[in-house]
Amino acid sequence: MAQLVFGYFAGVIAVAAVLVVALRNPVYSVLSLLVMFFHVAGLYITLHAEFLAAVQIIVYAGAILVLYLFVLMLLNSKQDDRYHRQWQMAVILCCPLFLELMVLFAGVDPGATDPLAAAPMNSGEDNTRAIGLTLFSTYLFPFEVASLILLVAMIGAIMLAKRDIGRQGA
Amino acid sequence: MTIPLSYYVILSAVVFLTGVVGVLIRRNIIAILLSVELMLNATNINFVAFSRYLEDLGGQVFVFFALTVAAAEVAVGLAIIIALHRSKESINIEDFKLLKW
Repeated sequence: MAQLVFGYFAGVIAVAAVLVVALRNPVYSVLSLLVMFFHVAGLYITLHAEFLAAVQIIVYAGAILVLYLFVLMLLNSKQDDRYHRQWQMAVILCCPLFLELMVLFAGVDPGATDPLAAAPMNSGEDNTRAIGLTLFSTYLFPFEVASLILLVAMIGAIMLAKRDIGRQGA
Repeated sequence: MTIPLSYYVILSAVVFLTGVVGVLIRRNIIAILLSVELMLNATNINFVAFSRYLEDLGGQVFVFFALTVAAAEVAVGLAIIIALHRSKESINIEDFKLLKW
């Protein structure tokens, strides 16, 4: 049963990822990415990361993809988006990477002698509560740095996208 | 019954490679940013899977930070795209070759 669920999620994620790259129309790419994000959230739930699944849907599907669609509609791009001229070079570069991966995983004996069998987490504990405790004790300083990153990104985005930033002054 | 960890790593590698190929072959700048999102999600899957199998919540906290950085990247990236489109009326990557020799 668990393998069936994983197979479904993994299959949809892989197919949607390929569609994101393969589809010509960027709007379809964004919608395919939306499908992929929902299935990644499902995968998180099977991995007992319920908080991250909710955050994945709210932040990625709710905020980031809407921003993508908004800019896409704003720019009103023509659909003659073909692949880059360097695609032969891309294939040549990616083939060794893919072969390396295959060689790496050919040596893996799936499942039989996996030292890291899925350990049952104490399911009585709340995942959100546990993450909150970890985030605000061990990772408190990185959390503050993340807030600084968001502030810098916000100011940077406003400055970059504002029209006539130099002419308004004086 | 349970799924071995290597399956998650393989899935993540497939998604990451798809993202790399997308960055290399697409010409639309927005499609390139979408491929970057694919790569970020591949690493997130890895983080969560390892966090589950090692019983350490640190992995999930790092996904949280990766999400923060992804949001910042999207905001700045799309602002740059808008500025580029304003100066050149195009979001095709081959129209921007000022720094190319």
